[in-house]
Amino acid sequence: MQDNIKSSSYQQLEQKSKYTNIFLRWFLYFVLILFASYFIFPLYVMIVTSLKTMEEIRQGTLLSWPSGLNFDSWAVAWGGRGYGAGDTFLRPYFWNSIKMVVPAVLFSTFIGAMAGYVLTKWRFKGDKWVFLFLLFGCFIPYQAILLPMARTLGVLGISNSVIGLVLVHTVYGIPFTTLFFRNFYVSIPTELVKAARIDGAGFFKIFFKILLPISAPIIVVTIIWQFTQIWNDFLFGSTFSFGEAAPIQVALNNMVLSSTSVKEYNVDMASAIIAGIPTLIVYVLAGKYFIRGLTSGAVKG
Amino acid sequence: MFKWLEKNLPKIVMAPAVGLIGWFVYGFVLWTLYISFTNSKILPKYELWGFGQYEKLWASRKWLISVDNLLVFTALFLIFCIVIGIILAIFLDQKIRAEGVLRTIYLYPMALSFIVTGTAWKWILNPTLGIQKMFVDWGFENFTFDWLVNREMAIYTIVIAGVWQSAGFVMALFLAGLRSVEDEIVKAAKIDGAGLFTVYWKILLPMMRPVFFTSFVILVHISIKSYDLIVALTQGGPGISTTMPALYMTQTAFHKSQVGLSAASAMMMFMAVAAVIIPYLYSELRRENAR
Repeated sequence: MQDNIKSSSYQQLEQKSKYTNIFLRWFLYFVLILFASYFIFPLYVMIVTSLKTMEEIRQGTLLSWPSGLNFDSWAVAWGGRGYGAGDTFLRPYFWNSIKMVVPAVLFSTFIGAMAGYVLTKWRFKGDKWVFLFLLFGCFIPYQAILLPMARTLGVLGISNSVIGLVLVHTVYGIPFTTLFFRNFYVSIPTELVKAARIDGAGFFKIFFKILLPISAPIIVVTIIWQFTQIWNDFLFGSTFSFGEAAPIQVALNNMVLSSTSVKEYNVDMASAIIAGIPTLIVYVLAGKYFIRGLTSGAVKG
Repeated sequence: MFKWLEKNLPKIVMAPAVGLIGWFVYGFVLWTLYISFTNSKILPKYELWGFGQYEKLWASRKWLISVDNLLVFTALFLIFCIVIGIILAIFLDQKIRAEGVLRTIYLYPMALSFIVTGTAWKWILNPTLGIQKMFVDWGFENFTFDWLVNREMAIYTIVIAGVWQSAGFVMALFLAGLRSVEDEIVKAAKIDGAGLFTVYWKILLPMMRPVFFTSFVILVHISIKSYDLIVALTQGGPGISTTMPALYMTQTAFHKSQVGLSAASAMMMFMAVAAVIIPYLYSELRRENAR
């Protein structure tokens, strides 16, 4: 009898904790979804706005659904309206960005790979200091180098050009690429390299035959990181280029700010999506590598 | 000759990186430092002028507003990013269904430029057709939300957009940190009768000290450098109510042609970043040496 009472009250207790658990679970999902909607909200608004006509925008609200798939403002954002002067559209600047990103990513990745290789596998006295010396470059506020950089580009005759921006992005990417490769190679046993050296393999042979074949993940991380950084850059682009040589972010900003006619929010949103889509695609396809770059760019070691 | 080349090959390969950074980072910072002590206007002058530019800077109302804004922005940006980041990380750590999708949603703003997201927020926050109209249309007829064009409140729109962009990043750092804690510790605590709340509050979060430190450093660093977002959202306006040091620097240099003064403001930013970063690098290096 007594046992029975005991067990039933225990059951009650268990029942109760089961209910609180279910409640907590619901609460958990509620909060998570609430935040998810806060994060997704601007993207949703961008997409639906870009598909509306200005008439629909004035009549509806931010959230209202477009009447149909209307890509007119995308066409205007990408290729203009077809009247000469004052018709700004993104296509040429999109290609500027491509022409800037590809070489800058390749150069900075290559230089960083070499530096990371030397710093871990061909160590020399004071290599730690050399690493620190390079690493500090990740953090400097670029305002401290804008003025001399502008003059240097002028002296070299490459101010306001894609080549100038390639140089700038290559140089200021080196600290990050070196950090990535150095931290990756440091975890690879040096014995491999030592054995190859005894067998008479040289500096480059060891790199290309032993390290490069296993470097795929870190190369992907580095390329994605550099691509995102350079594609999204605005400070260098807006300081060192204007007019026809400008990269896409600068062109987007100019388009949105230009107050020549009535504000066309649908074209603005389409432009913003076009400027953001390459990095967004990379993020969706290779999110894992993107996050790895993000966290190891921050948490060194 | 060949022997020498072979022996020094690693250093030769290393040379471009060291040379480029030496020149373009350290050389340029020193140049800026030097120019900040001269009376340069449109063109740099090389006669020393003492601390005149710094005196001018700290007497400038616009600079003082910039610094003030930076402090307000940094404080709110830090608090909201870290609190939201931790909540999301802890909640996601509860064996959530569709964790991958949620994580992707929380982090995608990091893949977009501040110009893209700033453009979107500017549209959302604009008083005529944006969020204000949405609530009015829903029947809240007296609802006003004009922060974007309100001198007192405009700085908070930058906080909203900034937190939206960076909170996911803090979440990723904390989630990685929580996942690296061994299960045994949590299990042992649970056997001792500790509830979930206690486990996080008393055990796991205190273990996340390095993650707090890293987030703090990275976020402060982002906020001191913030430039793109302000350009896209407010251009420092209305008036000069949302200027920040980075915007002050470029405007002074390239619109007002006050090269010396802008160099001084750049050096102030440099010192602020260095004050946060150097202890960080030092502690990271020590941790690595200890391993």
